[in-house]
Amino acid sequence: MSSKVQERDLIVSKIRDGIVIDHIPAGRALIVLRVLKLRGGEGRIALVMNADSRRLGRKDIVKIEGKELSEGELNLLSLIAPTATINIIRDYSVVKKFQVKLPETVKGVVKCRNPKCITNQPREDVVPTFKVLHLDQPILQCQYCGTYLTIDDINAQLAGER
Amino acid sequence: MTWLNRDVISSLDFNREDLMQLFNEAQEMENYAKSKLNILDGKIMATAFFEPSTRTRLSFEAAMLRLGGRVLGFGSVEASSVAKGESLGDTIRMLDSYSDVIVIRHSLEGAAKYAADIATVPVINAGDGTQNHPTQAMLDAYTIWREYGRIDDLTIGILGDLRYARVVTSLIQLLSNFKVKLRLISPEILKPRRELLDFMNMRGMSYSLHLNLNEVLSELDVLYVVRIQRERFPDPVEYERVKGSFKVSPESLIGVKDTLIVLHPLPRVDEVDHRLDSTRYAKYFKQSALGVPLRMALLKLILKGD
Repeated sequence: MSSKVQERDLIVSKIRDGIVIDHIPAGRALIVLRVLKLRGGEGRIALVMNADSRRLGRKDIVKIEGKELSEGELNLLSLIAPTATINIIRDYSVVKKFQVKLPETVKGVVKCRNPKCITNQPREDVVPTFKVLHLDQPILQCQYCGTYLTIDDINAQLAGER
Repeated sequence: MTWLNRDVISSLDFNREDLMQLFNEAQEMENYAKSKLNILDGKIMATAFFEPSTRTRLSFEAAMLRLGGRVLGFGSVEASSVAKGESLGDTIRMLDSYSDVIVIRHSLEGAAKYAADIATVPVINAGDGTQNHPTQAMLDAYTIWREYGRIDDLTIGILGDLRYARVVTSLIQLLSNFKVKLRLISPEILKPRRELLDFMNMRGMSYSLHLNLNEVLSELDVLYVVRIQRERFPDPVEYERVKGSFKVSPESLIGVKDTLIVLHPLPRVDEVDHRLDSTRYAKYFKQSALGVPLRMALLKLILKGD
């Protein structure tokens, strides 16, 4: 973002070092924070919701300052924000840019929806683990009980509805 | 992959080569199923049965004793510290330190995998949740192989509860290693889950779904019957309406191939008529008897290696 026009449109200032997550479908920024397990104690985080986007119409943006996240952690966003692009910022410049892609396995982000699954027993210390299957749509399959978790299930769960 | 120290959690963990090795070993073990081999002398098998079982538990115990090993464990939740509130994880840690192999049955889905995550010794799933009973599936496939000398090119009908009967998923997963035609017959509400249908599609298996046994009876080489439980039906009237269509009797087998074999994991209630027992089709008692050599082979391969 070097032109004067774009600078003027900025709602929040540029960050020096950190991660900018752009092209998040509008309304999903809070779920993005949840997936990345960011709870507010990590440093400066900026959220822009319903910004104009040529590609998406409306989009959300999350800027996280001074925090490192692995590509694996960031790729989990593909479940709830498949259009998201990641910009890694060093000294105000984008040093790496990539589109999130589905990981092969998802561990500990979402819960299995089967109440009889061992991963849902409060007394047992077991991390829900899912394999990503590529059917008509991507779907998560619990590695303990085989139950499917759809993208709709994941969104509802992370939004706190289930 | 070598069998030594391997967990047996799901049928999916085993390929055709593994299974053929197991079957050949089991056939060898048939010679010793009524005598004694001392190849596992000094080894201890722990049975952790959080759910009742007759055949599976006793055949595992008989297999271990025939191999010269010893057995400890419990056969119900009431007989274990779980009744005092101990977690499954802690119970497994204890058994892990007392034994060389753990055989587990549990009502929760994924309990065996979780036990294997914790234990350092091999864990064998003797049935968990509603979808996994891999050693029963191995036994079923072994019985078919013993009867026909092959599994490929057979048409296998599976009749009954295809949704909640734990052996059905395991058996279908196991049969995906062979070139079989599956005919899956069940009431509408007990059809296989989407997860299992997707699995069969992904593996390119040949299968079809039916509501009536008569549609497929004449082409079957194997008819595998599983029990339909009344409590699966929200409406008891619906159960009464369909139950007759899922029972097998000498009369219902008119027009079948001479070589047809009828299998059942047992216990049966009334889905296989007792009058069928004396016919040439009935192989379920033989199937159950083969449980000992099959499990002897399994224990030998896991504890002693190939």
